[in-house]
Amino acid sequence: MPYLICLQAIIARECLRFMGQRGRFVAALVRPLVWLLIFAAGFRAALGLSILPPYPTQITYEIYIVPGLCAMVQLFNGMQSSLSLVYDREMGSMRLLLTSPMPRWWLLTCKLIAGTSISLLQVYAFLAIAAAFGILMPWQGYLLVFPALLLSGLMLGALGLALSSTIKQLENFAGVMNFVIFPMYFLSTALYPLSMMAESSALLGNLCALNPFTHAVELIRFALYGEFNPEATAWTLLTLILFLGFAVWGYDPARGVLRRKLGP
Amino acid sequence: MVTKLNDAALSIEKVTFRFGAKLALDQVSFSLRAGQFCALLGPNGAGKSTLFNLLTRLIVSQEGGLSIAGYDLAKAPRAALSRVGAVFQEQTLDLDLSAQRNLTYFAALHGLSGPKARRRIDEALERLGIADRASEKVRTLNGGHRRRLEIARSLIHEPAVMLLDEPTVGLDAASRRAIIEHVHALCADKSLTVLWATHLVDEVEAQDRLVILHRGKLLADGIAEEIAAGHTLTERFLSLTASELEEALA
Repeated sequence: MPYLICLQAIIARECLRFMGQRGRFVAALVRPLVWLLIFAAGFRAALGLSILPPYPTQITYEIYIVPGLCAMVQLFNGMQSSLSLVYDREMGSMRLLLTSPMPRWWLLTCKLIAGTSISLLQVYAFLAIAAAFGILMPWQGYLLVFPALLLSGLMLGALGLALSSTIKQLENFAGVMNFVIFPMYFLSTALYPLSMMAESSALLGNLCALNPFTHAVELIRFALYGEFNPEATAWTLLTLILFLGFAVWGYDPARGVLRRKLGP
Repeated sequence: MVTKLNDAALSIEKVTFRFGAKLALDQVSFSLRAGQFCALLGPNGAGKSTLFNLLTRLIVSQEGGLSIAGYDLAKAPRAALSRVGAVFQEQTLDLDLSAQRNLTYFAALHGLSGPKARRRIDEALERLGIADRASEKVRTLNGGHRRRLEIARSLIHEPAVMLLDEPTVGLDAASRRAIIEHVHALCADKSLTVLWATHLVDEVEAQDRLVILHRGKLLADGIAEEIAAGHTLTERFLSLTASELEEALA
């Protein structure tokens, strides 16, 4: 019971804070919308997509990049909510959190679930605006994508937590953009199918196939069309466990970020 | 099953801590009994904050032992932490949430909710004289009230030991005095053990237990007026820290 009280409070706090930060919400929506409404519009002429699963017919480029943009929203959210813990004013609240007598793995999991809840709100808001612009998914897809988004959100949030606990150099968001967000995003199936990437370079194709972000995108893509992608699910789940394990290790009081942060 | 080690409310035994090559704490030992107020006095960089980080288990000691209310912090960290109320040097309140919400959040981190949490929150706010500000956003409160709120927060789970790391930094003289008095009263009324870190000699009262820390070493431990030994405490503190410095340079 105390565990659930703790989880509920951490989610409630994160939601209240998010509601208060209107700028963050707007930024979270504008970013994918720029890609969808400007980039995709310009790019559709340059990129001819053949029929590829899970799509039953030929699709427009806008439809293709929606799952990648959903995952991008979650990637940004994961990075923002975790890294702000360590490098921003939030260091104080992290102290408060970690001095709670709850087990540390549970506190980090609560934080992760809370961040993921916010990312779900952001993704659904994005999907609603996309729908308003006529970029529609099958109606069941909006429901079926929920568990997929939950899993991908947890995985990407766990990646943020793991990074915040271990990597010392990522002191600002620009560093994270250059070394994490951009490579993950561009080396994935968010913007182009794996086959096209593999055609231009076998190495890049392989990197794409290994990238956990690719699996998150494919998980969402298939779920939006009511299909279950076991491979993507298994990879996303596995990387979630790995990243979360890494974060718990990194936040161990005997090592990792706190020691460096609290040092002279 | 978690077993108690000893009866001291707070026990620090031969604690040594290094940040890389830098020795932050060197064989520091002292213990406090229940209901004792102890000022931990030391200039900046003395190792006070490191000791607080160890006592709140944000980091763990490499050598030596720490126990809180009889629970070993290394062997029974959760039992020990549930008996600690901490007020950190840096602000740890959520400015955009109300005072009440900040406290509710903290109560939940300790597994408290519902009427029990509400009652404890009301009591703590009342105790610190800020009950009328409960619904205000923390951002609208002044520095003194924010500190009082943090002290109120640290009482909600009814800790045995309260740790305050330079809690009066940035406050005006009247707010400082009010907070010192509040904490002394808590010590007396609730039999709460208090470790109060400061670099300001005037925050130490003649009858307080006093531990002086300098460059990671314990220089003095006793009752403040006995340590002062007929001088003012400021003179004594400066001479102690200066002679240690001379020894180090010699």
